[in-house]
Amino acid sequence: MAADSLINWSLLALAAPGWGGVLLQGFLHSVEIAIGGYALGLLLGIGGAFGKLYGGPVLRDLLECYTTIVRAVPELVLILLLYYAGTDLLNQVLGAMGIGAVDISGLTAGIFVIGVVQGAYSTEVLRGAIKAVPAGQIEAARAYGMSPTKVLRRITLPAMLPYAIPGLANLWLIATKDTALLAVVGFSELTLVTRQAAGTTKAYFLFFCAAGALYLVLTLVSNLFIGIIERHARRGFAEQR
Amino acid sequence: MTDETTHALALVPEDLPKPENFLKPHRIVLMLLFAGLVVAVAVFMRWDWLPRYLPRLGSGILVSLAMLFSTAILGFLLAVPLGLVQVTGPWFLRVPARLFCTVIRGTPLLLQLWLLYYGLGSLFPQFPWIRHSFLWPYLREAWPYGVAALTLSFAAYEGEVMRGAFAGVPQGELEAARAYGMGRWTTFRRIWLPRAVHRALPTLNGETVLQLKSTPLVATITVVDVYAVISKVRQETYLTYEPLLLLALIYMCLTGILVVAFRYFENRIPTRGA
Repeated sequence: MAADSLINWSLLALAAPGWGGVLLQGFLHSVEIAIGGYALGLLLGIGGAFGKLYGGPVLRDLLECYTTIVRAVPELVLILLLYYAGTDLLNQVLGAMGIGAVDISGLTAGIFVIGVVQGAYSTEVLRGAIKAVPAGQIEAARAYGMSPTKVLRRITLPAMLPYAIPGLANLWLIATKDTALLAVVGFSELTLVTRQAAGTTKAYFLFFCAAGALYLVLTLVSNLFIGIIERHARRGFAEQR
Repeated sequence: MTDETTHALALVPEDLPKPENFLKPHRIVLMLLFAGLVVAVAVFMRWDWLPRYLPRLGSGILVSLAMLFSTAILGFLLAVPLGLVQVTGPWFLRVPARLFCTVIRGTPLLLQLWLLYYGLGSLFPQFPWIRHSFLWPYLREAWPYGVAALTLSFAAYEGEVMRGAFAGVPQGELEAARAYGMGRWTTFRRIWLPRAVHRALPTLNGETVLQLKSTPLVATITVVDVYAVISKVRQETYLTYEPLLLLALIYMCLTGILVVAFRYFENRIPTRGA
């Protein structure tokens, strides 16, 4: 009896009465935030990892606090805190500078929030990877008179990449899934638009499964690319096992 | 992708500060600054709502912990067969187990939760025999769906870990067990399972900490855990930061207690050469 009411494929049509277009739009937003947040997190992570390894004692302790707090507090709580605090702080700074409040788009706020969370994790991943680079290689580069930035660009970053890629790949998958949490602060990414579509049409199973399939496709396609990148980065390594 | 990846880097006992070499001059200055910040937060922000909500906060924390432990235990019980059939099972068990792990690990937990709650929740009332069964009073509540979603998620991530752990037990030990005349079940119970659990223990701890961080999601389906209590406070008092700061503090304390407890248990488990 439930079969006809369960699957009504026309609801997924791309044009207006169907919700397919809305879903794809939300999916696009999710991917945008994931990419932006991941990139921001990577930048923070590189800075954080170098700060933790080569920084002074105060910087090291502050970074330790950052990574510990992010890893101890649920992402959902962090997202709420950063979302309100971040937008509030920016508006206050702008107000103090006499520019007046701006309306921060959900996209920017989302990227900022995911980026800060990702930054803590990638700090840990990159720190481990840098420590795995044989110290002699970095010392040799220094002995040849390379400046610190050149050592970073030519030796440390390329040499640590094979060690960092599994962790970074994992972080990318986490970033794509963490974007769903932005539904709670009302940003219209895939999970939220799915819920709206499902609530409007009452076809809960259809829409949630469709959204799940989109997320799954994103993960599987990512895995495909990750495999290629990993093999490329590990070329020249003795094959283990 | 390597097999060892979990869904995030959990806080592990090695991350805790060591008591020796903890107090250094710059740390004392930093701690004084931090204490000043805490005093400023306590003085300049509004905390008068706190006594009124303390009982509800307490019961919320208990709900969160109940969610954590029940789903972690149920999820682990489910993860053992999931890991096992992926290592030795016939294809008709191995493929579904593999598929289950991939699907759960590839989609956000929030989506799974909403699929179960809204999807199943809208489906069940259509069947009269479910409405008349003894389970119906429970199925009308939100928490069974939260428990189910969190359990399945934990089982999928931990099942992947258990698969690696089962596969990583040295063949020689299993052969030795067989040489001693142990049956398949005795070998599994005495050798394979204990050794696999021992290997999986560090990741199990990490997964449990991550599970704690997933529990606030159940507040989105109207389970009244500590996160939901704080949301209620925010609605009723119109405060933005104070309740959220308190919530972050509560979760940090819970994570800290979990990590310390795990360190205690890990130290009690004998390891070779340590």
